[in-house]
Amino acid sequence: MSQRSVACTGAQVLRHFGDLADQWQPDWARFPAQFYPIWQHRHWQRCDLLWVGTLASMAARVLTKGIWALCNPRFVPVGCSSHGHLSVAAAQIKSPQIQADINATDKILSQPLETEDFFRLSELFSLKDLFDARVHLGHKKGCRHRLMQPYLFGCRLDQDIIDLDQTVEHLRLALNFTAHVAYRGGIILFVSRRRQFSHLVESTARDCGEYAHTRYWQGGLLTNAPIQYGPGVRLPDLVVFLSTLNNVFQQHVGVRDAAKMNIPTVGMVDTNCNPSLLTYPVPGNDDTPLAMELYCRLFKITVNRAKDKRQQMELLHGLMTPPPPPTQSS
Amino acid sequence: MAASCARTVGSLFGKCGTCSSNINTITSRLSRQICSSSALHRKNLAAAGPEKFTVEFIQKQVEEFNIGKRHLANMMGEDTENFTQEDIDRSIAYLFPSGLFEKRARPLMKHPEEIFPRQRAVQWGEDGRPFHFLFYTGKQSYYSLMHEIYAKIQGLERQQDRLRAKGLLSSDAKPLSLGSSRWIIKEELEGIVMETVTDHDYQRFLQLMERLAGLPQAGAEGAEGGEGVWVLRFRQQLEAQASRQAVAALQADAQGRAFSTAEGRRKTSNSSVVLRDGGSGRATVNGSELLSYFPVFQDREQVMFPLQFAGVLGRLDVEAQVSGGGRSSQAGAVRLAISRALLGFLSEREMENMRQAGLLTPDPRVRERDKPGQEGARRKFTWKKR
Repeated sequence: MSQRSVACTGAQVLRHFGDLADQWQPDWARFPAQFYPIWQHRHWQRCDLLWVGTLASMAARVLTKGIWALCNPRFVPVGCSSHGHLSVAAAQIKSPQIQADINATDKILSQPLETEDFFRLSELFSLKDLFDARVHLGHKKGCRHRLMQPYLFGCRLDQDIIDLDQTVEHLRLALNFTAHVAYRGGIILFVSRRRQFSHLVESTARDCGEYAHTRYWQGGLLTNAPIQYGPGVRLPDLVVFLSTLNNVFQQHVGVRDAAKMNIPTVGMVDTNCNPSLLTYPVPGNDDTPLAMELYCRLFKITVNRAKDKRQQMELLHGLMTPPPPPTQSS
Repeated sequence: MAASCARTVGSLFGKCGTCSSNINTITSRLSRQICSSSALHRKNLAAAGPEKFTVEFIQKQVEEFNIGKRHLANMMGEDTENFTQEDIDRSIAYLFPSGLFEKRARPLMKHPEEIFPRQRAVQWGEDGRPFHFLFYTGKQSYYSLMHEIYAKIQGLERQQDRLRAKGLLSSDAKPLSLGSSRWIIKEELEGIVMETVTDHDYQRFLQLMERLAGLPQAGAEGAEGGEGVWVLRFRQQLEAQASRQAVAALQADAQGRAFSTAEGRRKTSNSSVVLRDGGSGRATVNGSELLSYFPVFQDREQVMFPLQFAGVLGRLDVEAQVSGGGRSSQAGAVRLAISRALLGFLSEREMENMRQAGLLTPDPRVRERDKPGQEGARRKFTWKKR
């Protein structure tokens, strides 16, 4: 069985094994694994190795089908029917209302994925806006990180200049991804350790209804969350780094931790930063107030736009009752 | 093969004893092979923290308490509606008399809020999204307070910039008057914020508040008056020491002479003194003259010192009653009583002078108890080398 990362809950797969799921849940399945993908990935790897032998091979086949089936929810009934006595009662009678809701939700979630720029985020900024906000200015040649070489346009009087064509492209991808995450109701965490912009980042997060962390990063925040916050806590689905360095010019711990916990990251990387662990690095200046205000504004607009779009889609497909009209105050 | 498979699966899933039954149903008739030592079952109980109670459990306890309260009132034949906590305590002490010395071990019936430790409410909603935007920092209340302070500082600075641009900046605006108050201490901040505050966090908080309070417009009226009032929430008023002294009021007797009464204690002596005005400076102790009651000069000096310090030696008559203790402690008790009685005849400034001289401070020294294994309170038995 290939060791690919699984994007579904271990508990869901276990339910396919009927009474096994009913009676017992291992520690790592008690916490829904979409919040701890690393757990279920590691354990499924181990499970792959252990399920050998007569029962194990049958279970492994079932497991493969089960995982594949869950990743394609449309094919669940097909997958279930071949399992025989090991499958849970596939003939669950769903009321037409719930079925309609499920169809509507599927449509809402799949429709944005069909268009290239569903949220029209390329209109939000242009290369000239980035230039005016001094996004192209990097640090001196001596501070340059080796891995930032491909993103540089050149070096003038010892100061690195970032290639704004690439920045535009990366920023578009990053904003698009952020919009999709916000559209699906994901938790976005804005992180920056620059004291100068801490208030700005926190205000941005508050204004778009998301979360911020511009303070001292406690070690087990992402990796030890159920102990620190309480069982059942939900981790962020996206971490946006408005500056990837901390106060001593080392890479922020959150970059590594998010990579460990399989949480995608978006980050503004300056010429002295390491872009390798970020999912969507965006080369750009992170020292100028003007540039930071531009980024915050862009992210705020993106998230708000995505959430509004989601509300619109839900209203359109009849999932949500429209809010009562505001009372007239005379 | 299947048996070994079961055991390895069992060791993977480890602690649950129920897992074996699941494997039985799946593998149907595999015998229970898992034999693990008690070391595997031992949990780190300390790491789990204090016991947690769910909201439903606490609610059920509250309902049971209310019903029990009514039953108890019925049993005692009292009004079920207005049965207070004191009535409950009294009834329980009557129905369950206990000779235990430890009060916390006696039978108890209190509201569950007082018995079960307060739990932090769950910080996120049904969909898992936390309520507070700084939830992931770990100390949301403290950091949101810092955020708010900084927002106020920025607002004031921007306002100053605007006024300066228009040329309306008045240089006579003074900062907050912080003379008679102090910043709250770390424990008080923890009480406000309901979170652990480290020393470093507390220092940062103080720095930020000092910065806000030091801004010129912070104390002015108008919109900034809000800031001033808000900052004073984090200050504690200091009370002047002397104003707390209780002053014995002057009374007048039948002839119209003013007199005041006060009491004093020293070691095991108790004394009560009446100071009368318009006399010739005579002193009487327990009915006899001062000279005959206190033959030793030191005792007479102690008794007369407050009057000499205040300069009223020839004016006031002293009538003292004293009991208990020895000669020196009786003299000290009378001296304290005279000082207290004198306060009614003196002004604020003279009272402060007396306090500074130490005349109003009761002497806390009492005889230290003897300890077992020692000769006296401090003296040890003779040490012998062999």
